[in-house]
Amino acid sequence: MTVIKNSETIEEMIAKMAMDLKIFLKERERKDIAIIGIHTGGVWIAERLHNLLKIKEPLGELNIAFYRDDFSRIGMHPSVEPSNLPFDVEGKHIILVDDILYTGRTIRAALNEIFDYGRPASVTLAVLVDRGEQELPFKADVVGTTMSLSAGEHVKLTGPKKLTLVTK
Amino acid sequence: MITAEKLPENIQVNKKGRLKHFLTTEGLSRQLLTEILDTAENFAGVGERAVKKVPLLRGKTIANLFFEPSTRTRTTFELAAKRLSADVLNINIESSATKKGESLQDTLQTLESMHCDMFVVRHANSGAAHFIASMVSPGIRVINAGDGRHAHPTQAMLDAFTIRRHRGRFSGLKIAIVGDIMHSRVARSEIHAFNTLGVKELRVIAPKTLIPAYMQALGVKVFHDLEAGLRGVDAVIMLRLQNERMQGTLLPSADEFFKMYGLTEERLAHADPEVMVLHPGPINRGVEIDSEVADGPRSVILEQVSYGIAIRMAVMSMCMGSAE
Repeated sequence: MTVIKNSETIEEMIAKMAMDLKIFLKERERKDIAIIGIHTGGVWIAERLHNLLKIKEPLGELNIAFYRDDFSRIGMHPSVEPSNLPFDVEGKHIILVDDILYTGRTIRAALNEIFDYGRPASVTLAVLVDRGEQELPFKADVVGTTMSLSAGEHVKLTGPKKLTLVTK
Repeated sequence: MITAEKLPENIQVNKKGRLKHFLTTEGLSRQLLTEILDTAENFAGVGERAVKKVPLLRGKTIANLFFEPSTRTRTTFELAAKRLSADVLNINIESSATKKGESLQDTLQTLESMHCDMFVVRHANSGAAHFIASMVSPGIRVINAGDGRHAHPTQAMLDAFTIRRHRGRFSGLKIAIVGDIMHSRVARSEIHAFNTLGVKELRVIAPKTLIPAYMQALGVKVFHDLEAGLRGVDAVIMLRLQNERMQGTLLPSADEFFKMYGLTEERLAHADPEVMVLHPGPINRGVEIDSEVADGPRSVILEQVSYGIAIRMAVMSMCMGSAE
């Protein structure tokens, strides 16, 4: 494991993401905003964005285990925290947050789950790292950093107190 | 070194120790039982959402094989399967081909040809679910929804789930099971589950004629006096007096039973002030439980029903998601 971004750098990246989000939402005149993090790394980033953007609705947390497309191949994932969306999704402008955008399959699963709670007005995707290797037609609206890694190389966010990016 | 071949065969788990069939709580590890409870925790909120479904078992077919009548258990299994997006077949065997002389094996083979992926089995004979699990093709999963006097593992787990949701743990808890222990598959599954999950003290309370002799060997304290048995308990699980199973000689009458063992507010006062009252249903008001208790503030009977769906979703998805 090699640390490629320390916690200080990551906090700066998140602050920049918050600025970009503010502009993004303002340009589109989006109000009535809620923020949802995908377990587990996405929740850590979403918590920080939630504070920085001073969002009124409580933070939403999504565990996409029941929406994965690899269930029949690898079965149930050991359970993490349950999903918790403590607000009405219907008509909200949602900011969806994840740590790493890789194949895009997690985002597909997350969107499917969000729509089972209601019909949001819009979904904005914010990710800390964009690997640029999507297998599905998703593009992040707000990106902390882009990173191209060789095949077999993985990047991982560790936390929750001090966030660091490591490769293995 | 212990190799896989030398370990005692357990049909319920695969080589990696993951749940494959769910037939009994007996012999399963604390880790596995806890995993069932944790997974159910994730499913507990699904019923409150706009879309009460997750796509986990989309494209799978689950057959409910009920050789014995049951409304509540069958309905909650059906709902659990549907909330997992599976297709469900309800087969009432009593009124089907077996009556025409078809053997069990032929019935199962017919259903396998229809590409069913899971059988949920309720049968009057002890061991029926094990028998079916040993007979089906390798890809098919079996869940026991009650077999004779032997086991009813999902009921035991939903009771455990209800208790954990209220108390958050099992250590330090005293739990009493009251009623017809002799004929109860629920009691047997509960005793194994609660022992494994590590409750402080497990009690059974019933007349001598309704307690099997081997109870003490299972580490259970036996009481014949209800008030003494209830003293200080954190949870009371009432069992239904099974009229249809009862031989005339075991009890004088239902009235007599209520006088001795019926749960009333007055008797419940001997338990812990925070006591929870559970009952697998359907309840016989005025036989094993007084209406005042069943509808009272200590009762969690209706919660049990909705938690039963979450537990069944957990078990179904865990079994279906485990490879050979």
